[in-house]
Amino acid sequence: MKPLALIAVLMTGILLLYGTIDMPNWGDPDSPASIHVSPRYIEKTVEETAVPNVVTSALADYRGYDTLGETVVIFTAAMACILLIRRPRK
Amino acid sequence: MELIISKYNYWVYIILMMIGFYAMIGKRNLVKKLVGMNIFQTAIILYFVSTGAKRGATIPIVEHGHGEVAHAIQAAHYVNPLPHVLMLTAIVVMVSTFGVALAIIIMLYRRYNTLEEDEILELRK
Amino acid sequence: MIAHLEDVIIQTVCRILIPFIQVYGLYVIAHGHHSPGGGFQGGVILGAGFILFCVAYDINEAKRRLSEKLDTVFCSLGLIIYSGIGFTCLVLGGNYLNYSRLGRILPVDPVNARSLGILGIEIGVGITVMAVMVSIFLDLVSRGKHEEGLG
Repeated sequence: MKPLALIAVLMTGILLLYGTIDMPNWGDPDSPASIHVSPRYIEKTVEETAVPNVVTSALADYRGYDTLGETVVIFTAAMACILLIRRPRK
Repeated sequence: MELIISKYNYWVYIILMMIGFYAMIGKRNLVKKLVGMNIFQTAIILYFVSTGAKRGATIPIVEHGHGEVAHAIQAAHYVNPLPHVLMLTAIVVMVSTFGVALAIIIMLYRRYNTLEEDEILELRK
Repeated sequence: MIAHLEDVIIQTVCRILIPFIQVYGLYVIAHGHHSPGGGFQGGVILGAGFILFCVAYDINEAKRRLSEKLDTVFCSLGLIIYSGIGFTCLVLGGNYLNYSRLGRILPVDPVNARSLGILGIEIGVGITVMAVMVSIFLDLVSRGKHEEGLG
């Protein structure tokens, strides 16, 4: 069982490392992730939302729906724990 | 060799992912599998955040003078903020799944009185 | 079961530290605009302060401060604040969660109304995250029985 798990882990690792050949270098300012939409967020955040912290304004204003969904996720986790564990008192 | 030196952050995080993955499938105790899942998710979050780094850039809080003194804001001066935003959601999902998984382990212990996976599979037959 | 251990050093240090931890959590929520922080981080710090109180003292003492019913009410209150702000923007004529429409009932211009809307929803998220951390901890640590101490 353990040697089989080790072989599976090694094969997955080698496949993932083969996939990093196409990834951009570390610290590259021209990578495709950094020139698509985040320059617009950085440049327009003070004049559109008057909040200097780009992470907070992107989380709560530009991507507000995702934060609503995430709050529902953590609320559902609390409800799941309550329904699983609490026993009714006799 | 240049493939390893200029991308060594991806190599480090993939090794960390594989350590967590081996703990998930190679161990017998349920709590150890859960700790492996946690290591795996943490390594994924670190991998994502490291793709947004830029050489010589600072944290993504715009330093503008209040009111009159306004500089031109250059996007290459600040770290890419989008991976940070998406990974906040991922951290919350990590905590939620960890909490619910621990609740399920408590229910399994109440039912079968053991936490090793092969003994639970034996008792189910 | 394990007997509850009343240690003087732990109780004294926690009694001094817990107010500072809670004030720091409120500081992180309120300064989300100008420094790293926001709703989730501040909520987790507030929850961690309460969990430290549960660890140092008895669980029944902690439940006297914040009962389970009040905790479940807080879980829903944060989500109601978040969706309520969204619905207010919808009623006032804009899209859902378009905070610049709040400038019609608040005496500010639309750009600063977005900043106030962001602060409002961060407060809602902080309340929910604090209540959820405390609720999951109380469920897991006493295995549902809620009647004996932490030990």
